[in-house]
Amino acid sequence: MINLTIDGKAVCVPEGTTILEAARRANITIPTLCFLKEINEVGDCRMCIVEVEGRKGFATSCIQKVEEGMVVRTNTKEVVEAKRMILDLILSNHQRDCLTCTRNGTCELQKLAMQFNVTQIEYQGAVKIKPIDDLSPSIVRDPNKCILCRRCTAVCKNVQKIGAIDVLERGYESCIGTVNNKSLAEVNCTFCGQCIEACPVGALKEKEMIEDVIEKLHDKDMHVFVQTAPAVRVALGEEFGMPIGTNVTGKMVSALKRIGFEKVFDTNTGADFTIMEEANEFVQRFTKNETLPMITSCSPGWVKYIEMNYPELLGHLSSCKSPHEMFGAILKSYYAEKEGIDPEKIYVVSIMPCIAKKFERQREELKNNGYYNVDAVLTTRELARMIQQYHIDFVDLEESTFDSPMGEATGAAAIFGTTGGVMEAALRTAYETITKEELKNVNFEDVRGEKGIKKATIDIQGNKVKVVVAHGLGNAQKVLEEIKSGNADYQFVEIMACPGGCVMGGGQPIKDAKTRATVDVRALRAGALYSIDEKSKIRKSHENPILKKIYKDYLGEPGGHKAHELLHTHYQKREKYQL
Amino acid sequence: MLVLLFGANKGYIYVRAEYPIAVKRFEVAINQAKEYGILGKNIWNTGFEFELEIRLGAGAFVCGEETALLESIEGRRGQPRVKPPYPANSGLWGKPTLINNVETFANVTKIILNGAQWYASIGTEKSKGTKVFALGGDVINVGLVEVPMGTTLREIVFDIGGGIPEGKEFKVAQTGGPSGGCIPKQYLDTPIDYESLASIGSMMGSGGLIVMDERKCMVNLAKFYLGFTVDESCGKCTPCRIGTKRMLELLERITKGQGKNGDIEKLEKLANMIKKASICGLGQTAPNPILSTIKYFREEYEAHIIKKECPAGECKALTKITINPELCKGCGICKKNCPVGAISGEPKKTHKIDSNICIKCGVCVSKCPFKAISK
Ligand SMILES: Cc1cc2nc3c(=O)[nH]c(=O)nc-3n(C[C@H](O)[C@H](O)[C@H](O)COP(=O)(O)O)c2cc1C
Ligand code: SF4
Ligand code: SF4
Ligand code: SF4
Ligand code: SF4
Ligand code: SF4
Ligand code: SF4
Repeated sequence: MINLTIDGKAVCVPEGTTILEAARRANITIPTLCFLKEINEVGDCRMCIVEVEGRKGFATSCIQKVEEGMVVRTNTKEVVEAKRMILDLILSNHQRDCLTCTRNGTCELQKLAMQFNVTQIEYQGAVKIKPIDDLSPSIVRDPNKCILCRRCTAVCKNVQKIGAIDVLERGYESCIGTVNNKSLAEVNCTFCGQCIEACPVGALKEKEMIEDVIEKLHDKDMHVFVQTAPAVRVALGEEFGMPIGTNVTGKMVSALKRIGFEKVFDTNTGADFTIMEEANEFVQRFTKNETLPMITSCSPGWVKYIEMNYPELLGHLSSCKSPHEMFGAILKSYYAEKEGIDPEKIYVVSIMPCIAKKFERQREELKNNGYYNVDAVLTTRELARMIQQYHIDFVDLEESTFDSPMGEATGAAAIFGTTGGVMEAALRTAYETITKEELKNVNFEDVRGEKGIKKATIDIQGNKVKVVVAHGLGNAQKVLEEIKSGNADYQFVEIMACPGGCVMGGGQPIKDAKTRATVDVRALRAGALYSIDEKSKIRKSHENPILKKIYKDYLGEPGGHKAHELLHTHYQKREKYQL
Repeated sequence: MLVLLFGANKGYIYVRAEYPIAVKRFEVAINQAKEYGILGKNIWNTGFEFELEIRLGAGAFVCGEETALLESIEGRRGQPRVKPPYPANSGLWGKPTLINNVETFANVTKIILNGAQWYASIGTEKSKGTKVFALGGDVINVGLVEVPMGTTLREIVFDIGGGIPEGKEFKVAQTGGPSGGCIPKQYLDTPIDYESLASIGSMMGSGGLIVMDERKCMVNLAKFYLGFTVDESCGKCTPCRIGTKRMLELLERITKGQGKNGDIEKLEKLANMIKKASICGLGQTAPNPILSTIKYFREEYEAHIIKKECPAGECKALTKITINPELCKGCGICKKNCPVGAISGEPKKTHKIDSNICIKCGVCVSKCPFKAISK
C-alpha cells in the first residue's frame, strides 16, 4: 500500500493506483475530459492536472501513479486557473451552440464550463469550420464540435480494432478523420456506434429519423407500428433521471401509445422467432456437421464487420435475419393478411439500442414483396427526445402492456439484449429440439457476464456441444482468427458487435466518463434483463403460444420454405473502402 | 539522435530523411565499424552483439522529443508520451532505454578515451566539456563553433563571430532556437552554461545561436519563433495545440497595430500556463521567446500597443515612410522608383507619399540621393 496526501487528506491506496483514482477514493473529484477508464488514458486534454510537491510542471493525474509520501494538491489557485484557461481554449475553438445541440444537458464540456464558471471566452481566435459528415445512414460527425479528446479513436482502434477514424493533420489543424477524409459510409466503419457512446460532446451522434416518423404518424393513410428491442426498456428510464437498470417497459409502452403509434409491439416476439429459426438451423448444421461453428447473425454491426473483414467466413454465419427484421417481415405478411391491411400502408418503426440497425434497415435483401421489413429505426436516445418533444412526463406515466396478439414474448427473448443471451436462449430451444426432453435448469451461467470471450461445453444427450460467446469486435476478431486458422473446436458462436451486447449498444443513453469509471452500467442493465427472464412464465422461445400459432397457421416448419423466405437472408462480401 | 537499449544489443540512430549527407555518413560509419568488428555479432570475440540501425524520420520537429521519437520508431504517429515514466524506466517497446543526442555520445567516447578528469577540467563547475553552437544571424563569421562551457556570449559573438556587420549595434542573441529566449546586451558577459542560460530565461536547446542587431523588432522576433512552434505542435495536448495558436494570433494583432491594453498580461498569463501544463518540451518551451522578449523589451510591446509604433521599424503595418520637406530637392527619383506609384510631386518641388498606397517597401528610402526619406 502507498501512503500519500491529497489536499491535506491522508490517503492509502494500493501500488499502481493513479492519482486520479486515489483522489476519487478519498472523495476528491478531479475533473477530467479526455479520460475514459481503460479505453483512453492518455492525458491529452490536461483537465486532470494537479500539483505534486517537488515537481516542476503539473502532474497528469489520470495516468501518473501514486508514490510513497507524495503530496498532491488538486485545487490550488494555479491549478484551477490553468484548468479554466484550458477550458477557455477548448471553448474558443468550439461551435458553442448548446441550445440546438443534441448533447445539451448531457455534455461533459458544457458541464465543466458550468463547474468552472466560464462565462465568457477570454482567448478568442480563429475557429475552423469543417464540413459535417452526414452521408452515412447511421452516424453524423460534426468536427466543429470535436474537442480532440480522442476517446472515439481509442475505442474504435483499441477496443473494436477497426481504426475507421483517427487523428489527421497536426497542431491546430488536427482533426478526427477517416482514410482520404471519406464519409464513414465509404470506409471500414461497422456502425457499432461505440464512438458515439465515448464522445463527451456533440461531435458524434446518430443520424436522426424522428422527423420522418412524425411525418408518417400524421399520415392518415398509414398504419404506423412500433416495436421495441429488449435492451431499450432497461435503459430508456436513465434519460429521465431514473436509476441505471430500471425496467420501464410499461411506461415506455404508454409513451409510445401517447405519441400515437397505432400498435406497440415487442421485438422480443421477433427474438423468439429468431431463436426458433436459429436453433433449428443450428440443430440441422450440427447433426450434419455442416460449416461449423455456426455464428449468430443478429447484430448488424457484427454482420457488416465480417462482410468487410472475413468474407471467406461468411458461410459460418447463420442465415437468420435479426429479430426486428423478422418481426417486420411477419407484420407486413401474416399480420397484414390477418388484419386485412395493405402492406404498402404499413410503416414499421423499430426502437433499437443500436445505430447499425439504421444501416441494416436499408439493405436491399431485407425486403419482402418489394417492401422493406422495417421502415425506420430510432435509437433509445431518439425515443427519449421524442417523448420530450411530445411533452410526456415519463416518470409519472401509467403502465401499459404491448398490443396483442403480437406482443407476447418469452424470457428467452428478453435476454437477447445482453452478451450471452442469444446463446442461452438458443441453447434452451436447441436442447429440447434435439433431446425432446424438458430442460430442467434453463440458466446457462457460463455464457453470462462481462468476460470478453466466454467458452462453455453443454451436454446434449451425450453430445458435447462447445459454444463460444464473444462481444466487442476486438474479441470477435480473435474468435474469427481462431476459426480461420482451423483451431476452432467449437460448434456454436454468439457474437455481438458492442462490448456488453445491445444493453451497451451505440444507440443507448450515453454515460459520462465518471459514471463509466465508477458504475458497472452493463451489469445493471443486463441484470434488469435477466430479472425479466426470471419472472417470465415462459422462458423458452419454442413454448411461445403466439409463435406456435403462427407457425401452424402460416409459416409451417421452422426453416421451412415460407419461414426461409420471410425470416432468412444472405450476405455479401463488402469492400472496406470506397475510395 | 541515438537510442540505445542497455543490457540489450540494439541501437537506433534516428535522423531526418531530409539530411541525406548525415544519413550517408552514418551508413559509411556503421559499415566501417562492422568491418573493424566493433559492431555486429561477436564484437572483439567477446560474444557480445550489438546492432545499430538507422531510422529515418519524416521531418516533424516534435519527433526529436525523446518519447515522440520512440513512438515513431515503434511505428506510430510521432506524438510525445506523458512523463514520468521516463525512457530510462520505460522506453522503446516499454523497455529501459538510453536516449541521447549524438553529440552526447560523441563526448562519451572522448571521456572513455581521455578519462573523466580530463573532461571535467573543461567547462564550468556544473556544466562540463564543450558545446557546439551554430552561430548565425547578424554576425560577421557564421558557422559551427565549439567552445568550452562557460565561454561568454561576448567572446562568441565578438571574438569568434567578429562582431556585427555594417557597424550596427548588438541587440539580442537567441539561443536554443524556438525553445529558447533572447539574451539582451546586458548579459553579454554571462558565461554560457546550462544554469546561467536558464537563469536568464533561455536555454541551450539545439545549440542554435542567432545574433540580432538593432534593426530587429522583438515582438516580431517572438512572432517568428512562435509561428514555428505553432506549425510544429503535434496537436496532442490542449495548451500547446490551441494555446500557442492564440498567442500567435495575439502577436499578429499587436504587430499589425491592433493590440489592446492588457494584451501583454494576457500573453504572460497564457504563456505561463502553457509552460507548466503542456505534455512535452515543445509546448513547455514554446512561450520562452515571448516571455523573454516581454521581460527585456516590454517597452517595445507597449510602443506597438499604445503608440502603434514599431521602434525597430520592422513591423510594416506600423512604420510610416515620410519625406522630410527640408531635405527634399524635388529630384523625382523616388517617384520614378516607387513600385506602386505612391509618390506625387512637381519637379523641383517637395514630393509627398500617400500612406494609403505606400506598401512600405523602402525602395525610396535607399534611392533618395539627399537622404530626405526615412522610416
Ligand atoms: C520539440 C523537441 C525537439 C527536439 N529535437 C531534438 C533533435 O532534433 N535532436 C536531439 O538530439 N534532441 C532533440 N530534442 C531533445 C531530446 O528530446 C532529448 O531530450 C535529448 O536528445 C536528450 O539527449 P541529451 O541529454 O544528450 O541532450 C528535442 C526536444 C524537444 C522537446
Ligand atoms: S457539444 Fe456541448 S458545449 Fe458544445 S454545443 Fe453541444 S452541448 Fe454545447
Ligand atoms: S461506429 Fe464503430 S467502427 Fe465506426 S467509427 Fe465508430 S467505433 Fe469505429
Ligand atoms: S469526436 Fe468526440 S470523442 Fe472523438 S475526439 Fe472529438 S470530441 Fe472526442
Ligand atoms: S451489439 Fe446490439 S447494439 Fe451493438 S451493433 Fe449489435 S445489435 Fe446493435
Ligand atoms: S506540448 Fe505540443 S508538441 Fe508536445 S505533446 Fe503537447 S501538443 Fe504535442
Ligand atoms: S516605401 Fe516603397 S511604396 Fe512607399 S513610397 Fe517609398 S518606394 Fe513607394
